[in-house]
Amino acid sequence: MSRVVITGLGAVTPIGNDVKSFWDGLVNGKNGVDFISYFDHSPFKYKMAAEVKNFDPSSRLDGNTVRRMDLFSQYALYAAQEAMEDSGLENSIDGEDLGVYFGSGVGGFNTFCSEHANFIAGGVRKVSPLFVPKMISNIAAGNIAIRYGATGPCISVTTACATSSSSIGEAYRAVKHGYAKAIICGGSEAAINPFSIAGFGNAQTLSPATDRNAASVPFDKRRDGFVMGEGAGVLILEEYEHALKRGAKIYAEVCGYGSTCDAYHMTAPNPEAKASAKAISEALAGNETDVSKIYLNAHGTGTKLNDKTETLAVKQAFGEEMAKKLHISSTKSMTGHMLGAAGAVEAIASILALKNGIIPPTINYLEPDEECDLNYTPNKAVKADIELALSTSFGFGGHNACLAFKKI
Amino acid sequence: MVFEKICGIIAEKINCDASTLSEDTKFADLGIDSLDVTELVMNIEDEFGIELEVDSSLQSVGDLVKLVESKLD
Repeated sequence: MSRVVITGLGAVTPIGNDVKSFWDGLVNGKNGVDFISYFDHSPFKYKMAAEVKNFDPSSRLDGNTVRRMDLFSQYALYAAQEAMEDSGLENSIDGEDLGVYFGSGVGGFNTFCSEHANFIAGGVRKVSPLFVPKMISNIAAGNIAIRYGATGPCISVTTACATSSSSIGEAYRAVKHGYAKAIICGGSEAAINPFSIAGFGNAQTLSPATDRNAASVPFDKRRDGFVMGEGAGVLILEEYEHALKRGAKIYAEVCGYGSTCDAYHMTAPNPEAKASAKAISEALAGNETDVSKIYLNAHGTGTKLNDKTETLAVKQAFGEEMAKKLHISSTKSMTGHMLGAAGAVEAIASILALKNGIIPPTINYLEPDEECDLNYTPNKAVKADIELALSTSFGFGGHNACLAFKKI
Repeated sequence: MVFEKICGIIAEKINCDASTLSEDTKFADLGIDSLDVTELVMNIEDEFGIELEVDSSLQSVGDLVKLVESKLD
């Protein structure tokens, strides 16, 4: 079995459209949440989102590419290009040794809405032939593979809000077991539209707050739902020897992955948190580390149930007393919940926390909750020498994923 | 007239200069695939108020012009 390392990162997020500005935003507690600007939110109870700002695809993608892709594919390709340039892997690997494991929670939701409107207004003949290839959730993976001539395994995982953690975890296993020398992996999402906000809102998952500093407040007693974010996160996973041979910059090693399912309810987490705790324990296996030197980037959505249940899962995985020594934060307090892109950008946050020795904060944290009583790194980034970083993701359907990274 | 209108629609779609297009211009040379041709035909239907059938023989700007002119006659 091969060791697997990270040699490139790329991100488009509500707090910055590249990895450097994303990380600077995290360290400085930048809030990406605001009133929705994409459409008139006045008829909606839920008015907040964490939108990507000033996204200009033309700096990396040509006009024809942009025209033929939904926004979620544009985010994906844009971030993939940053990650590939960062890794220096292009032209240093055979296409057949390069894979793509890339997903989206929903896919081309905006395209779905606009083409459905065309269908209702004009009938069959008004539906674009590009509707399906723009909308299907695996097409970002396909588009990345086309761009880089990656003819190795190309898989699109969809596990709702755990999508990109599952993608990275499965990519890790594929490289570890020799199915590819390197894999471009992660996820993207662009689902901030009226239909989506209506659906997520009516499912009682979104925060109705109208104060941008009180909307995405994970682990805080005032939390009342998540704020939808969007964007993309991309990691280049590479076989260690391959990376060494070409003198690649190495951020960290992927050293664990846990994948379980609650098998309990379509949307609610199992309150006993056994399966989510097991995902964390599986990722931890073989990585015995002083708990005070571990950072856990929590799923921490800001819903009543998630944060309470996740706290319980962490306590079960580490033991009640040890769990209190962990450094934990939810960067969703800054980025909102990027759905299928969340796991990948949070993996990037975890890897950079490990590399830079800084724990990004949980911002807008004011009122402690007795059911969420761990160290969530409130409001200010903290310097800490970290040896192991974990990133958890949980999705509708009961999907639980946890990734582990360590220094190399 | 038909030719100019069609060139205008193509130029707008792929963001190119309409004056560079001729009846001999092949779609493949413009990076336009069969999905785009079908979408172009839909745009042209709207512009001319006609209904067209797409088939694989549409390879060039001239093919499209002939098809539209046959419907307008």
